[in-house]
Amino acid sequence: MPSLGADMEAGTLVEWLKKPGERVARGDIIAVVETQKGAIEIEVFEPGTIETFLAEPGQKLAVGTVMAFIRGEGERAAAPVVAPILPAPAPGSSGAPARAKPAPIVQPVPAAGAVRASPAARRRATELGIDLAKLSGSGPAGAITLADVEASAKAGRAGPREAMRQVIGAAMARSKREIPHYYLGDTIDLEPALEWLEAENLKRSVPERMLYSVLLLKAVALALNGYPEFNGFWIDDGFRPSARVHLGVAVSLRQGGLIAPAIHDADRLALPELMASLRDLVRRARSGGLRSSELSDPTITVTSLGEQGTESLFPVIYPPQVAIVGFGTVAARPWVVAGAVVARRLVSSSLAADHRVSDGHRGARFLSAVGRLLQEPQTL
Amino acid sequence: MSTTTYREAVRTALRDVLEREPRAFLMGEDVGRYGGCYACSKGLLDEFGPARVRDTPLSEAAFVGAGIGAALGGMLPIVEIMTVNFSLLALDQIVNNAATIRHMSGGQFSIPLVIRMATGAGRQVAAQHSHSLEGWYAHVPGIRVVAPATLADARGMLWTALADPDPVVIFEHAMLYSLEGELPENAGAVDIDRAAVRRPGRDVTVIAYSASLYKALEAAGRLAADEIEAEVIDLRSLRPLDDATIMASVRKTRRAVVVDEGWRSGSLAAELSARIMEQAFYDLDAPVGRVCTEEVPIPYPKHLEDAALPQPEKIVAAVKALFGAHG
Amino acid sequence: MTKHAEKTHLDRDHLLLLLKEMLRIRRFEERCVELYSTGKIRGFLHLYIGEEANAVGVMQALTADDAVVTTYREHGHALARGISARALMAEMYGKREGSSRGRGGSMHVFDAATRFYGGNAIVAGGIPLAVGLALADKMRGRKLLTACFLGDGAAAEGLFHESLNLAALWQLPVLFVCENNLYAMGTAIARAHSQTDLTKYAESHAIAAEAVDGMDVVAVEVAARRAAALVRETGAPYFLENRTYRFRAHSMYDPELYRSKAEVEEWKKRDPIPALEAWLASAGLLHADELARIEAAVAAEVDDAVAFSEAGEWEPIEDLAKDVMTPQRTLRREEAA
Repeated sequence: MPSLGADMEAGTLVEWLKKPGERVARGDIIAVVETQKGAIEIEVFEPGTIETFLAEPGQKLAVGTVMAFIRGEGERAAAPVVAPILPAPAPGSSGAPARAKPAPIVQPVPAAGAVRASPAARRRATELGIDLAKLSGSGPAGAITLADVEASAKAGRAGPREAMRQVIGAAMARSKREIPHYYLGDTIDLEPALEWLEAENLKRSVPERMLYSVLLLKAVALALNGYPEFNGFWIDDGFRPSARVHLGVAVSLRQGGLIAPAIHDADRLALPELMASLRDLVRRARSGGLRSSELSDPTITVTSLGEQGTESLFPVIYPPQVAIVGFGTVAARPWVVAGAVVARRLVSSSLAADHRVSDGHRGARFLSAVGRLLQEPQTL
Repeated sequence: MSTTTYREAVRTALRDVLEREPRAFLMGEDVGRYGGCYACSKGLLDEFGPARVRDTPLSEAAFVGAGIGAALGGMLPIVEIMTVNFSLLALDQIVNNAATIRHMSGGQFSIPLVIRMATGAGRQVAAQHSHSLEGWYAHVPGIRVVAPATLADARGMLWTALADPDPVVIFEHAMLYSLEGELPENAGAVDIDRAAVRRPGRDVTVIAYSASLYKALEAAGRLAADEIEAEVIDLRSLRPLDDATIMASVRKTRRAVVVDEGWRSGSLAAELSARIMEQAFYDLDAPVGRVCTEEVPIPYPKHLEDAALPQPEKIVAAVKALFGAHG
Repeated sequence: MTKHAEKTHLDRDHLLLLLKEMLRIRRFEERCVELYSTGKIRGFLHLYIGEEANAVGVMQALTADDAVVTTYREHGHALARGISARALMAEMYGKREGSSRGRGGSMHVFDAATRFYGGNAIVAGGIPLAVGLALADKMRGRKLLTACFLGDGAAAEGLFHESLNLAALWQLPVLFVCENNLYAMGTAIARAHSQTDLTKYAESHAIAAEAVDGMDVVAVEVAARRAAALVRETGAPYFLENRTYRFRAHSMYDPELYRSKAEVEEWKKRDPIPALEAWLASAGLLHADELARIEAAVAAEVDDAVAFSEAGEWEPIEDLAKDVMTPQRTLRREEAA
């Protein structure tokens, strides 16, 4: 969404005037956007072929939101979404003011919103023939830095896998550098939830059956309603809680690497919907078909290494999020119920949270709340 | 190596100069019998006599002007002014005479004069004894301005300054006099032209001088804990500025923060920032940051004085602001 | 007269020399007015016309090695000290052949050969330089003095008092010559000074002082010789107040609202040049053809200075920053020896 004036924060897409697959030339009008000052035509500045539209008519979009991908002349098909793994918060969901990334690929007449990039990045990008508008920045206020350009160039040479490694590395290094993590662990008796789920699945056809992870996700999403300090973003030295719960789900990719797209409004989805969303998300994550908003929107992330048999994990927060919940493997263990040792299926839960926003006391209660919700699966 | 202080290093330098150079003499308020306001010349009156260690009346303009005249007359005067605030009484002489006579005379007369003065805040001596006006002097063509921050420079800059045919103003930060450190027995003259990299680093260049150097180094230590490696540059010479050293560092780190105990507006920090923009703009990954003294006459109470001055925390924050806040 | 005073030899040749020196200054400056009007000389131009007896008289008392520090009204001092009319005029033209390579102009004449340390355009700004020069001579054991010209305006500056105090305190060989022309620019002395007898200021700093008629070149020379001899003998400063008058504006032209035409005309009756001419004529020491010969020689010198300056070169712009700092960074040891 281009900035069409100094005071503009968002605009509503009225209509697309082109279709995906269509070629556009510099100066073509690609869309009409409604602003407080009236409808304004959006002009294309780079020629190419429209690959995808990321916004639908009627949607109100913050300035800076990517609306479409246009593949430039001679460019390869868009690489699997990589850069957005360093997410910018979605202003619509958090109420945060528009940030300057990712840069809009289309600009209005007159051009107002320029790509925010450092001088060093600009010079290097020119040398390498890299389009800054296609990069996202790690510098101050999201500015593209020389390192971002170098990383992008390296990615171009080394392929997406290395690029993803770099991006994960950068995000995690930043997280560990900037976020004062604290870690809490708990053990949850999953027996009631699993028994309820097994009974529930018996009533369903095979494709409709649910995985226990859906219960874990829903429990986390619901628990957040009472603990907003774990749901949101740390931006510009302050915490901005999110009114909505967009649950990032860590998905490991077959070729290596990891991606954590969002299930939007996970707390409001019924379990079958949540299951459907999860399946869809995992499929698309592994096939490279994610939408940019799914990558930039998560307000908290849930990760599980249960399939690998890991007992427990201590995850690293994805900046600018402020918390991540981890689950280990589900296994039968000795457990004391009513004074007697019995075998129960248990799972370890863990929370890594940002000490700038919350303290261990609240973290412990949040984690307990997740466990408590799983004792009453029918309420999920 | 022996353990000594900045004050002792200044005194050793003065003694060395007076011993080796018969044309050199020291004059200023209370440099003789009192031993120097900061005790830098303690004992020198006994060693060199009242002709070469001259107590002056409280008349900064006259004795600085007399220093200029004596330099014209073939002597190598070292004039001490108690603080930079008092030097304003002699600013006319420094700016209108010392800095101009070589040019106004078409190169006929050089002024081999050294003016030493204390500068800086930190001692709760309020708004007429605490200011850092080095930038004003660094503004003026025709003089050299240096700020020794280390013992080696306090020991070694005086000789070089005195051997220089043009006026050199040496700023000694009052908070440095009691600084302790090691100095080799054979320490001697050092250059007065080059900036020095006091701590190498790859991520950001922190430019400081005089007592602020130590705040910059402390900040660099804290930043290292956050995996930001700051390169700390000690300007040493405030006029001329060693652009080569500064730009080489900024081109490497792509980021710079200037620490200056002067006020921000029209400061040396402003000059450095502008030069970096002029000479290294396309190497920058972030705007140049500045940590200067707040725009207030230095207040008396400790907490307000501290708040007014550049501090390591402010430097850390200014550096971090040059990096993305997240992601 | 004290027993230390040097005799002034009032022989004919010397008197004619005094006359010629005053005429050189007068005619030189009259030409400067023309050149200023045609734009050849720019900036400020402070004329000495009317005050010539002071520079000419005082310079007779100096040796070649003595030092001179003066003010922005210094053409007379420069010429009388021995700086050539060529170098002085070229300086006013701003040409590289000027005494300061054209960098200083009218107010900043410097000359190492005659130990002439400026033309200082900050009122009182040169006074401490004279104190320092005298200090250097004293410390180096040289029996020299520094003549320090200043005006009545400077005597109101703190720096004047600070410098006199320092010179007296340290007993430095400075001959202060206060050319009191009664106006600090446009401010009459009585409107600027609580004490209009300026010798009292010097005496309050324990400096011997006397006032002299600054319109009488012989009187000035006699007083200056006596004072200089004292300074050389005692090493202590001395203060002459030369009571004089400038006939022209402060700088080239001003509306002269601060003084009456009648007052100026009254002073012009005491013009030192006609006064000396009349005195010489009455004593049978100056014939009309002699005067014409002197005038012709002076006119030729001024013409030559103008021609020299016209033919002079401008400093190339590439040399703009030259002589801000000394190219040779390390002082040679013998330099000041």
